[in-house]
Amino acid sequence: MSEKETKNGLLIHYQWCTGCHACEVAIKKILNLPVGKHGIKMLEHGPWEVTPGKFEWDYLPVPTQLVGSNPELAPGEDVKFAVKHCNAKCMEYGPLDELAKKAAELGNRVAIFTV
Amino acid sequence: MAMSKEWKTENEDGSITVRTSAWSPPGDHPVGYGMKLTVKGGKLIKVEGDEEHPISQGRLCVRNLTLADYVHHPSRILTPMKRKLEDRGKNKWTKISWDEAWDIIVPKIKEFKEKHGAESIIVFGGTGRQACIYYYPLGFASIGTPNVCYPLSGWSCYGPRCSITDYVLGAGYPEIDYAGFYEDRYDDPRFTLPELIVEWGKNALYSNPDGFFGHALIDMMKRGTKMIHIDPRITWLGTRCEEVCQLRPGTDSALGLGFLNVIINEELYDKDFVENWTYGFDELKERVQEYSPEKVAGITWVPADQIRRCARRMATAKPCSIQWGLATDENPNGVQMGHAILSLMAITGNLDVPGGVTIGPPAALLGKWRVETRRNLSEELWEKRIGAAEWPALSTAMATTHPDETLDTLESGKPYKLRMGWFNSSNFITPTCSAQPDRWYHALKSLEFNVVQDIFMTPTAMAFGDIFLPVSTFAEQDGVVVTHFGRNAVTLGPINEALRVGDTKSDIEVCIELGKKLHPDMWDYKDVPDFFTQQLEPELGVNFDKLREMGVFQPKYIYKKYEKGLLRGDGEPGFNTVTGMVELSSTLFEAWGDDALPYFKEPPYSPISTPELFKEYPLILTTGARKVTSFHSEHRQIAVLREIDPDPEVELHPSTAKTLGINHGDWVLLENMFGKAKLRAKVTPTIHPKVVHATHGWWFPEKDAEEPSLFGVWQSNINTLVPHKHIGKLGFGCPMKQMICKASRLDSFDSYNIEV
Repeated sequence: MSEKETKNGLLIHYQWCTGCHACEVAIKKILNLPVGKHGIKMLEHGPWEVTPGKFEWDYLPVPTQLVGSNPELAPGEDVKFAVKHCNAKCMEYGPLDELAKKAAELGNRVAIFTV
Repeated sequence: MAMSKEWKTENEDGSITVRTSAWSPPGDHPVGYGMKLTVKGGKLIKVEGDEEHPISQGRLCVRNLTLADYVHHPSRILTPMKRKLEDRGKNKWTKISWDEAWDIIVPKIKEFKEKHGAESIIVFGGTGRQACIYYYPLGFASIGTPNVCYPLSGWSCYGPRCSITDYVLGAGYPEIDYAGFYEDRYDDPRFTLPELIVEWGKNALYSNPDGFFGHALIDMMKRGTKMIHIDPRITWLGTRCEEVCQLRPGTDSALGLGFLNVIINEELYDKDFVENWTYGFDELKERVQEYSPEKVAGITWVPADQIRRCARRMATAKPCSIQWGLATDENPNGVQMGHAILSLMAITGNLDVPGGVTIGPPAALLGKWRVETRRNLSEELWEKRIGAAEWPALSTAMATTHPDETLDTLESGKPYKLRMGWFNSSNFITPTCSAQPDRWYHALKSLEFNVVQDIFMTPTAMAFGDIFLPVSTFAEQDGVVVTHFGRNAVTLGPINEALRVGDTKSDIEVCIELGKKLHPDMWDYKDVPDFFTQQLEPELGVNFDKLREMGVFQPKYIYKKYEKGLLRGDGEPGFNTVTGMVELSSTLFEAWGDDALPYFKEPPYSPISTPELFKEYPLILTTGARKVTSFHSEHRQIAVLREIDPDPEVELHPSTAKTLGINHGDWVLLENMFGKAKLRAKVTPTIHPKVVHATHGWWFPEKDAEEPSLFGVWQSNINTLVPHKHIGKLGFGCPMKQMICKASRLDSFDSYNIEV
């Protein structure tokens, strides 16, 4: 494993992910990917009813193996491009240990991916 | 956070990066997202958000992220075209130059004016694009007709809310205070974070309504703002709110009166504000006695205890802001809904205070010029405006024809025959801004000569265009973008031309060029930057070049303008209304023959008003909730966006779907006594079992362009189910969000063909 893969991650505070698809489309653009291929794919979980009137309904952007596939870009540049455009500002790219600390502060509905 | 001075920079590889502010086309409301566009060899090679922009802060919606796909799309129209009258509906266009186009258009306009009067020409405008600023001057000052038409039945988009605000508050558009006026935004000491935001008949996250940056709601929720959503559907936003009032579509005014009942009877209102700044409180107090929470619960499906809880919360949260949505307009009872909501904002003491509801000045920024272009029309000609005399409540605030009267005129030839049409960025035979587009389609065939201004060949252009004039995208033009169309200008940004593809022109370029040929005295501008300088300098003291350097202009906001004499023309304290107060009882509504106070009226078709029909059509149909991947009928040809939302969609509750034998993903036929549409089933528990929601704006650029198909425009045309002229007493509102229908499963999209 290279150094960048072990050290950096992508944090998603999906309490606030509105499903706007900006990360998905931004990274598709910077990686020059066609329809059907994604650098990040936004998944939808729910909606299903937990108790009457209360729903579980989350969006979660998931990085794919095509992250880092554009050789013209610096390491992490593609993920940063996606993060910058996140409408809810619920994504962060950085060293994994720092993200883990942040996740603990943020509480529920946080995911960290290695990228 | 001042933006860097350079708005245009040359990069090492020879490419140029231009800073700009997004509007349209391609579409969005006037948010003015800060953007950086990089161009090389005549191509947009990079599109990104500008981190320096105080509102969008680098963020972009997917429509802006795919800007290059739109600008360089192979099916974009890049030169003017003409077509023979007998070839309407056929894909038989001939490319021409702009000069040739003007040589056809200008003599035609002169001929219609001489033979039949300027009123025989009508300009149609669409929703939300830049054209909605320029189609009025195009009609009044470039062509010289009094007939400018926004064709949506009851003018049911933004216009009603602006008019109601004009009459009740005497002010510009009311908006949540989202600290947009301040460079350092939420941290500015003049700002107070709203404790509570009520999102009513709106989902700003996906629509960026009127230029409000929708994700400001998320910014504020992260800082601690709580929300209540009032919506027939539980949306994703609803799952992050402390309450969702899942009401029966179209019963909003009853709910508003129920909230007012609780707040007034429990004496939770702001007594100082009510005493000093409102008119008609006692009458309102008497009226709301007819709307007890128990009675309102029966009408709206919202439980009485929830009505009480939400009302108390709205009255006691400080500050509390309310954001009203399109559901206010798309309702024949919407004037009363809007009146009730404005009354709630007022009596809870949240008008024009930090973190409450901001209100713009009575005159729109850049509005002066638009009003002044009417100088070009004689009083006699202005009085010929279709439907103006019959509908004073509409024609006093709106400079257009009455939309429903316009269709009647097209069909009847009365009071006179319309002969020439100019379609400015309005694709309204698709299900966008018209009710019964099939009826418009047949009526519009009577026009003798039509000009269409658009980006792509649309069903409307294919059906009616004799001349097609290609519009440039915002990446290809100089202009300005101002939020709320200037009626509550939070930001004003420059649109800077980064490139030009083909032989296209912006709306303002067309206005000026045509205007100079027909009414040169109205168009004394050297060029487009000079035009904007002449608009900006008197009001803001900056010229267009200075605005480019600033990157964004944030006008200063002053709270409690009513105390300082800043709302009225005479400089006295108070509001710019007949009584000088917030009119809880409206002098003007009464003068125009309606009730002075808000009231609830059943939708024209509903389980209560038409019980027999409801047996045949047992579902309540609501339409029009937005997807991030399109702006009304735009973007259907952008593959990356179509990948995300490939089909028109109808939401059904699992129990309803099961009863009807419909599975998730099946094609479904929705129909009622007015029309039919095919949509793909999305089975979801977040919708009420008695309600279905259908998406709008659908046509299929990949299908046969020619008549009768017209890109499949009649196959998923949800607006054919919405009737003509079922409008409110004052002429506003239509039942776009509260119709009835039935649903059945189709074997496939192609197993059933819809003809009109």
